[in-house]
Amino acid sequence: MASRSRVTRRTVIKGALGAAGSSFIPGAAFAQGKRGGVLMVAADSEATNWNGAIAASNGVFFVTSKVLEPLADQISGGSGLKPVLATSWTPAADGRSITFQIRQGVKWHDGKDFSSADVAFSAMEVWKKLQNFGRVVFKDLEAVETPNPQTAVFKFSKPIPSQLILNALPALSTVIPKHLYEGTEIAQNPANQKPVGTGPFTFAEQKRGEFIRLERNPNYWSQNQPMVDRILYRVMADKGATAAAHESGDLHLSCFSAVSTADAVRLSKVKGLSVSTKGYEGILYTCTVEVNHKRKELADVRVRRAIRHAIDPKFLLDTVFQGFGAIATGPIPASGAPFYTTDVAQYPFDPAKAEALLDEAGYKKGSDGNRFALKILPAPFFEQTRLTGDYLRQALRRIGIDAQIETNDAPGHIAKVYKDHAYDLAIAALVYRNDPAISTTVLYRSGTPAGVPFANQYSYVDADMDKLIDQAASEINADERTKLYVAFQKKVMTDLPIIPLIDFPFLSVVSDKVVNHHNTPRWPCSSWADVSLA
Amino acid sequence: MSASPKGEGRAADYFAGRALVLVRRRLAQALPVIVLILVGNFLLLKLAPGDAVDAYIATIGGGDAGVIARLRAEYGLDQPAIVQLGLYLWKAIRLDLGQAVLYGQPVLTLILERLPNTLLLMASSVSLAFGLGVLLGVAAARRVGRPEDTAIITLGLVVYATPGFWLGLMLIVIFSVKLAWLPLAGIETLASTLTGWERVLDIARHLVLPTVSLALIYVAIYMRLMRAGMLEVYGLDFVRTAKAKGLTDDRIAWRHVLPNAILPMVTMLGLQFGTLLGGSVVIESVFSIPGIGRLAFESVVNRDLNTLLGIVFMSALLVITVNLIVDLLYAQLDPRIESA
Repeated sequence: MASRSRVTRRTVIKGALGAAGSSFIPGAAFAQGKRGGVLMVAADSEATNWNGAIAASNGVFFVTSKVLEPLADQISGGSGLKPVLATSWTPAADGRSITFQIRQGVKWHDGKDFSSADVAFSAMEVWKKLQNFGRVVFKDLEAVETPNPQTAVFKFSKPIPSQLILNALPALSTVIPKHLYEGTEIAQNPANQKPVGTGPFTFAEQKRGEFIRLERNPNYWSQNQPMVDRILYRVMADKGATAAAHESGDLHLSCFSAVSTADAVRLSKVKGLSVSTKGYEGILYTCTVEVNHKRKELADVRVRRAIRHAIDPKFLLDTVFQGFGAIATGPIPASGAPFYTTDVAQYPFDPAKAEALLDEAGYKKGSDGNRFALKILPAPFFEQTRLTGDYLRQALRRIGIDAQIETNDAPGHIAKVYKDHAYDLAIAALVYRNDPAISTTVLYRSGTPAGVPFANQYSYVDADMDKLIDQAASEINADERTKLYVAFQKKVMTDLPIIPLIDFPFLSVVSDKVVNHHNTPRWPCSSWADVSLA
Repeated sequence: MSASPKGEGRAADYFAGRALVLVRRRLAQALPVIVLILVGNFLLLKLAPGDAVDAYIATIGGGDAGVIARLRAEYGLDQPAIVQLGLYLWKAIRLDLGQAVLYGQPVLTLILERLPNTLLLMASSVSLAFGLGVLLGVAAARRVGRPEDTAIITLGLVVYATPGFWLGLMLIVIFSVKLAWLPLAGIETLASTLTGWERVLDIARHLVLPTVSLALIYVAIYMRLMRAGMLEVYGLDFVRTAKAKGLTDDRIAWRHVLPNAILPMVTMLGLQFGTLLGGSVVIESVFSIPGIGRLAFESVVNRDLNTLLGIVFMSALLVITVNLIVDLLYAQLDPRIESA
């Protein structure tokens, strides 16, 4: 069957960014800059803990991915994986083990030899026990055998999908040194504040609230890398000041939308600067309307579909997102190969249909023109989620739903939505982490205890959905598994337990002096060993 | 002592004795105030939805139930609130401010690291605001009702009504981005190896814009206060006497009127001190200065009770000390005032 026509998908660069886009001269991507120089980067926050093996988070990786390395990193095309600390991986046919060949001749920054023992220690003691996502992905990991320093064999207690483990490697397989952590309280180890790794840069100095200094690792295993001598992260709390620092030339680079969307549009026209939405394909966010099914109105699928029909995603994309993003077709973004499908239910912008659905569900307009009232809680972490909340309020009022906005700060929002369930609708930005089983299906599977954020705290319970998710989680055949996730996407878009709206990348502002940037799908969280300054 | 004339020595002794009584009385008053502040802030932060673990989990993009439970136990957040308060007060009595949840460092270290930056910024901007306020206030009072007076007052009002962050950003755009005269962020050059006078000069250059931004907002208050005080004193008999003696206008203004009009300014100085601690959150953020204001803001946003209470504790001490000094100054400036 021919796939249904898709809602207009646009490339992320538009209008004002045409100029910026053109500054990505094809040849420049492979240009070789000079050795040396200091790369000046803005950091909009500082992590509590720099141990990327425990806190698998973009904010942590932004700094520590230059110091600590994973077994493999993400690239676009091919297998999607680039060998880093592992040189190859071979899953067993029975799904009960994966054999990793470990890179030889690698040394930790303190001079000790790196070996498969470090991998085994990290996997068993840290990823499986302490990591925020690893506890799910590695839950069936029984042991890691190290027959020799170049081999690590991951043994699982039952057959597991190797596809999931491999997809998880870029974000969840950061290796930390066994000799510094063994026998200590890992979560409290002082090395979490000053990490020792195998990466192209060493963690030299940090002054909280001021800067983080990384220095070139002269003994890096990849010959002639890294290119720059030093990376200096300047901690900047204010988006306006960050934009000014780009203009004055004090910064080479800022990532994760450290400037406002409006400033990004302006800076893209400044000579010597460009704005990039590339390099985020592997860490896209989906702006999503979260729905509390405890509200009897919202438990009715017709009401949820009405809400989706009342929203004009094209308008939202053009105004709130300034064109930086694409209309979401489902729970997995278009870059989520091989799982992504467009063969799902569509909900075109149609307020009349929305009103008809609400009438049909039995919620007729009252004398004041309203059917019922709803409370919207937009997540405060992003400019986009806050503004989407404002838009949604107006869109719902148009179809006779009296919507009110309630704003909270970050912990307040987390507690109200995910712990106390004191919301009707919430606007979230949910990240897709390269495999649906890492942090996507948890949004739809029932049974999550209250208090776990970015999970099904929606009181949505559907036996078929649970079954589908569980089947996919244990399916060891990659093709079969992909098919199950296609079915999953269809089910999500038919039931619409929560409502995906826009897939959006972060924005980077980068100086033309920087060579080799934004060339991998999760570039801000990559090693930057090849980055240089012209 | 013996070298000084007898009468003067006795006066000094009397003043010192009075100061001691005052210090003792103030300390006795301060103690319940500090306890109230600590308990009040603890309760306020407890009333706010969400705790430090919610905030942390949000920053790392989520985690499963096991990780969340482990963190709560680690931070002692699994205890009932009353037990947490008790534990905290017990630690505060022993002057142990605890460990910052946010940065995994002792709170005291964190505060002592940031305090010099904030104090430097505050001292320089208060001095500037005070100095400018005196100059402009005197100038306006001496030309009361004339265009110069109106101009000064209007300008003061405009600057006063301008939001601090905007003023800061505009100064950055003009003096750092367009003219490239001054550095736009930080307290000193990042990871610099400067020492001695070169470092002092570097810090001074970095302080210019934030100091001006912060001072401009407060200049209006001091200026208005100075102007009003001057006008009041100008109407007193002794000024007429001075004029009759044939003293110059300058001498009357600076030597006779100003000293008698400056008392409300000193009061304001003491009051402003507390405000300046808060006002600096914005300026510290805009200029990326690692100071106490920003730390306080971050600890509220992250529900880091230990850091916040540590800062409140230190700030309370600071404000109480400054007010004590102001009271002592009063007695010096105007002997008629009993240091009550």
